[in-house]
Amino acid sequence: MSPAPAPDDSPAVMAVRAARRPLWARLGEKSIEGMVYVSGISAIIFVLGIFVFVLKEALPVLGHEDFSLSRFLFSTEWYPTSEASKRYGVLAMIAGTFSVTLLAMVIAVPFGLGAAIYLSEFCGQKTRETLKIIIEFLAAVPSVVWGFIGLTVMSKLIVQFTGAPVGVNVLNGGIVLALMSVPIIVSIGEDALKAVPDSYREAAIALGVTRWQLIWRVLLPAAKNGLLAAVLLGVGRGVGETMAVLMATGHAVHVPQSVLDSVRTLTANIAAELGEASAGSEHYRVLFLTGVLLFTLTFAVNLAADAIVRGIRRK
Amino acid sequence: MSDPATPSIVTRDLNLWYGKFQALRGVSLDIKHGLITSLIGPSGCGKTTLLRCFNRVNERYGYVTTTGEIRVLEKNIYDPDVSLIELRRSVGMVFQRPNPLPLSVYENVVFGLRVHSDSPPTRATLNEAVEKALREVNLWQDLKDRLHQRATTLQLEQQQKLCIARLLPLKPEIILMDEPCSALDVEGTAAIEELMFSLKGKYTIVIVTHNMAQARRASDECIFMLLGQRIEHRRTEDLFIAPENPKTAEYIEGRYG
Ligand SMILES: Nc1ncnc2c1ncn2[C@@H]1O[C@H](COP(=O)(O)OP(=O)(O)O)[C@@H](O)[C@H]1O
Ligand SMILES: [Mg+2]
Repeated sequence: MSPAPAPDDSPAVMAVRAARRPLWARLGEKSIEGMVYVSGISAIIFVLGIFVFVLKEALPVLGHEDFSLSRFLFSTEWYPTSEASKRYGVLAMIAGTFSVTLLAMVIAVPFGLGAAIYLSEFCGQKTRETLKIIIEFLAAVPSVVWGFIGLTVMSKLIVQFTGAPVGVNVLNGGIVLALMSVPIIVSIGEDALKAVPDSYREAAIALGVTRWQLIWRVLLPAAKNGLLAAVLLGVGRGVGETMAVLMATGHAVHVPQSVLDSVRTLTANIAAELGEASAGSEHYRVLFLTGVLLFTLTFAVNLAADAIVRGIRRK
Repeated sequence: MSDPATPSIVTRDLNLWYGKFQALRGVSLDIKHGLITSLIGPSGCGKTTLLRCFNRVNERYGYVTTTGEIRVLEKNIYDPDVSLIELRRSVGMVFQRPNPLPLSVYENVVFGLRVHSDSPPTRATLNEAVEKALREVNLWQDLKDRLHQRATTLQLEQQQKLCIARLLPLKPEIILMDEPCSALDVEGTAAIEELMFSLKGKYTIVIVTHNMAQARRASDECIFMLLGQRIEHRRTEDLFIAPENPKTAEYIEGRYG
């Protein structure tokens, strides 16, 4: 708080300034400022709004006598429509989400990072442009189309090559999710490598490194934070993806013993059952609670990725 | 070690194009062994380009074409059997902006040893190399307790000395320096010049500078370039006192800036 107004704010000066510009110009500017402000904070409002809504629908179930949070998290028994005893344990679905995401990352990370390195360090300008267009195209394929590919093409191939009884399983979902995560990992990974100052490359090249030594000893360490962020965003995609995994994983509530087992993921479970659960019922609220769980998971992953990216910038 | 009488670097009718733009025109030079040779000339005349030919780092850009001959240590560096890795091991380079790698001081100094040895060098070898190299560039006293500090956090002058130190464990014959002092203050410049004197004789040094006073103080021979051509190459004193070419005279009198 300043006791005396600064000379610039004196009424005379303000009056002169005001007189210089017409009223509509000043009002227009103010309203545009307001709009920019609103759209700026709207993202926060929407996210908070969604979270509050989901939480509000979910919370009452915590008060139910026969509901236990620990059973919800640690039991594999999911019988939401049983007449005799309803049981709501999502551990099998958590296992489903994790197994599919893990397999997807095992496939996508080497491919994605390899492609990012190739794009940023090996290929020529023309090849790079072409490949980037293809990668962007891959990123734009709707997830239901991926699911469809999983359900029809991939599942036949899996049955044919592995002899599994059904082709929709962890392997199928993992491959489909990997195909969906690769574009994210490639484009963010490439940005991270491109952000490594060229002077590091020149320093190492002038010291006589081979291409591989340059990558292993200089580029990967220098870009490691950005590459980690790329991988985490890929993981986030895997955890949050619904449609494709719903179609590709077989929808069995079952803790998988092998990659050829069918599973159900948290997201697929919500998508498949929310339509049937009557609003306000316990089943309905448990599904929303699953939503809260998912929200927390993806939020944590994205936050970690963000913190890492911020870490790079600060340096 | 090559014979002191034979030049370390020889170029014959060297031309270089960046795409369609010709940056070097018919450059022929003999750079003498064990001396400090400076390259002077107005900005954009091709000093950096010429220097970067000697270890073939220009070829990083796909659009560079070179014709003519370059012999480094009596070996034509465009022969198909030349190993770029070995060439760059014997021809070290110091850049305009100090560019230590984002590693510790220690790892910067031993980087060359690590990438050039087939089996991992022993700790003792590395420790010895670090102390020797840092002593040679007068950094040992300052940094001996901070060997594991990140090199990018050092002062610029120390960074530039470190960039020289990291060449030494590879026992180069030639050290190329591209305006090594242009990012430094007066004291830093003096320290690097002093360092050059102490390295003289052991290495053939080629230094690009746009600072004529520096060329005069620090070099034995001097090459004046203009628009991609070599105009004059003589002993430094002679070039500054009695330039043969009128263009050289104009430049050293300050008419090109
Ligand atoms: N990587 C490059 N691509 C295209 N042109 C370049 C490149 N590097 C330098 N040049 C051009 O070549 C000429 C010589 O540049 P350079 O060797 O850097 O001159 P100097 O070091 O004497 O200032 C300049 O005209 C410059 O614009
Ligand atoms: Mg230059």
